[in-house]
Amino acid sequence: MVAGYNTISMGTGRKEFSPKKDRPELEDYIREAGQGTLKQIGGAGNVDECVIGNFMAARFNRQANLAAFFPFVDEGLRYKPAVRVEGACATGGLALTTGIKSVLAETAEVVLVIGVEVQNTVKAIYCADYLAGAGWFKNRKAGHAYFFPGQFSDRAGAYFEKYGREHTRKAFARWYRNAIENARLCPTAQEFHNEMKDPEAVAMTEPNGKTFTDYLNVFDCSKVSDGASAIAIVSEEGLKRCGIPASEAVEVVGWGQIEEDITKPPVDPTELSTTKQAVRIALESAGITRDQIGTAEIHDCFTIAGVMCMEAIGFAEKGKGADFILEGHTARNGRVPINTTGGLIGWGHPTGGTGVHQAVTILEQFTGKAGDAQITLTPDRPYGLSVNMGGDDKSLVAIVYKMAQ
Amino acid sequence: MTYEERLQHVSVLGAAGKMGSGILLLTAVEMADLSMKPGNKGKPYVLNAIDVSDEALAGVMKYLKAQLFKIAEKKVVALRQVYADYADLIDNDEIINQYVFDVISLVRTSTRMESAYDSRMVFEAIKEDPELKISILSKITSNNPHGPWFFTNTSSIPIMKLDEGAGLGGRIIGFHFYNPPAVQKLVEVIRAEKTLPEVEAFALQYAKNLRKVVVPSHDKAGFIGNGHFMRDILHATAGVEKLSRVFSFAEAVYALNRISQDYLVRPMGIFQLIDYVGVDVCSFIMSVMNPYLPGEDLHSPLLDRFLALGIKGGQFSDGSQKDGFLKYEKGRPVAIYDPDAKNYVAIADIKAKVDEKLGVMPVPPAWKAVVGSKTKEEILKGYFSQLKTATGLGAELARDYADRSCAIGLHLVNSGVAFNENDVNTVLLTGFFHAYGPINNYLT
Repeated sequence: MVAGYNTISMGTGRKEFSPKKDRPELEDYIREAGQGTLKQIGGAGNVDECVIGNFMAARFNRQANLAAFFPFVDEGLRYKPAVRVEGACATGGLALTTGIKSVLAETAEVVLVIGVEVQNTVKAIYCADYLAGAGWFKNRKAGHAYFFPGQFSDRAGAYFEKYGREHTRKAFARWYRNAIENARLCPTAQEFHNEMKDPEAVAMTEPNGKTFTDYLNVFDCSKVSDGASAIAIVSEEGLKRCGIPASEAVEVVGWGQIEEDITKPPVDPTELSTTKQAVRIALESAGITRDQIGTAEIHDCFTIAGVMCMEAIGFAEKGKGADFILEGHTARNGRVPINTTGGLIGWGHPTGGTGVHQAVTILEQFTGKAGDAQITLTPDRPYGLSVNMGGDDKSLVAIVYKMAQ
Repeated sequence: MTYEERLQHVSVLGAAGKMGSGILLLTAVEMADLSMKPGNKGKPYVLNAIDVSDEALAGVMKYLKAQLFKIAEKKVVALRQVYADYADLIDNDEIINQYVFDVISLVRTSTRMESAYDSRMVFEAIKEDPELKISILSKITSNNPHGPWFFTNTSSIPIMKLDEGAGLGGRIIGFHFYNPPAVQKLVEVIRAEKTLPEVEAFALQYAKNLRKVVVPSHDKAGFIGNGHFMRDILHATAGVEKLSRVFSFAEAVYALNRISQDYLVRPMGIFQLIDYVGVDVCSFIMSVMNPYLPGEDLHSPLLDRFLALGIKGGQFSDGSQKDGFLKYEKGRPVAIYDPDAKNYVAIADIKAKVDEKLGVMPVPPAWKAVVGSKTKEEILKGYFSQLKTATGLGAELARDYADRSCAIGLHLVNSGVAFNENDVNTVLLTGFFHAYGPINNYLT
């Protein structure tokens, strides 16, 4: 993978954001991200195929047929094959695996991948309706007004009961602090302008079930975001065609992409069972162990998902995710820096774009292009991992990346 | 008749006005919430929105709709429970729309006062004219077989006068909302001499359900809110005259508006507040109150002069500010009216001169920064201790203004309007959004 590009993740928290003011729309984000990547790979002429990932533009923007926006990105993409994929919040990850398969199938040497979502077209309370489409619609009626916060609040409640409330809530607050501190180092992050003096203390705010959910407060949740990310998936041949040295790329060495039954409740609400499987498959296919991972971008749509994901990857034993976080291992100077530009909570969560954004972040970290957010990575742990989750642990994409030698 | 039964058939008089529309909204929501209780399903609930103009009533329905969406969006977590049995209402969007429809369905607009003849309770928010109020209330009570209760929103007329004038036999209470009623937390509740205890009990329950802060006031013209505000106006208008040796008219208005806003840490300067309420409304309130205040002349020749010149302030129907003492651009004052020259003088042209004459002042904290601050008390103490010792005309005017505001507050207690000092401070804090009560020790 090469030539990553992220737009700003726009929404509350950004100084330039005002719900009353005009702002960029769906096609603007698609074009900005697409052109951002095209510029780095020598233009549209080098592209064989295109993939666009988007979750719910049909409701947020009343727009479908998104693949036909590629020629709008660049006229050079007219009459080239393109496809739109969807897998709720794992959409971005699916867009990547779709591109990877094209390269492996040798139908393309260069695939342009864009992930996009523009969600601030409606207030958060209606956004919750649209995002609820990531769950089984027949569960919507009985669900919470804020459907997914409600689902993960239930998981948090089960987790509290099994492993203790206070300790876990403290880990949530630490997770939030790490997310904010990392986001402050990344100019495109939604929380880049966050000036909270003590985010960890603020995140300890008691949840209020009357106005929100029983076990999660708003700081435990990723926000409503507009944004797009783009990247190019290329073969070695494609690298040459674009004139990019291998040192500017990361190598995809394995992945796991699996689905679980959307109509069924979680097997165990205190663990992300599908995530666990997807990560296992990804690591096996890459032929590595988790100890070789230098950094990971994981799907913290909610803090509780972050905690459980540490356990699903195997960084921490079951029930020990909170300790792992509180001991500082996930911080940017910790054992495995997690979500180094803020993740979904700090950088933002334009749902269909998130999976691509994760790949761009790992690419930037491994090629020394992460700017102020750059962490130190060493050749003894040359692997990166991204975990992109759709719905309540239903659609999963885990990808293993390798630093260029 | 229970609380719920009384709220089954209600009328709001003056429903298209600034106050009436807010009262209509809050009452509609309260009635809808009652109607949705399991035991009340199927019972009819009627809320008459009565006013003189069909056009204005159409505007009220638009206002209701917009406000109801905001209210519904805020309480959708609870609304999903309320509509749990409606299988076809699934998305928040569907539930919110249904709720807005259900609340609006209670409201019947009417230009005929006769609509109130069936109501068990009547909110009165018409023009602040005692004779008009008496004539309407007496017509309703004599034609309504249910012995309706009257909640009057008067901010100045003694309730006793309305009770006696309309022959209500104590079925009336003062229930004075602040503007805008949907936002302002404060309600002044004024029990007249003969107000029935059950009417008062109902009023307190209703206020509680609306989550309002209740401050009781004695039944003396103007009550606490206008008792302070009108005298505060007179202090400012007299101040303009006193400053005529130092400043031109426009300069004096600018100076006192700035003193009363910035240096007293208030949300608005006094002349902007007069414009906000309306020069005509302020003048009218004074004329209503004045006969009940022996030994005091609550009357401003300056307001009369402005009214004669057609300068009235007040608001446009979209809520934006009309020009009055001040001229506004995007809601901000940009010029001051000069009644001699009959034109507006740009603030930019006089600001530097006036500020220089006011002299070096301690830097006041911004009202916005103080009002929500946890360390409000320390910030204010720090600022006023500097103001106390500052020299120069500006500091003198600010101290004089604060002293007068405090004296007015104390007068309201001593003359038997307010029950205590705390009530006076609560009214200014919650009804006028002041950062601190007028009765304080900051400058002593």
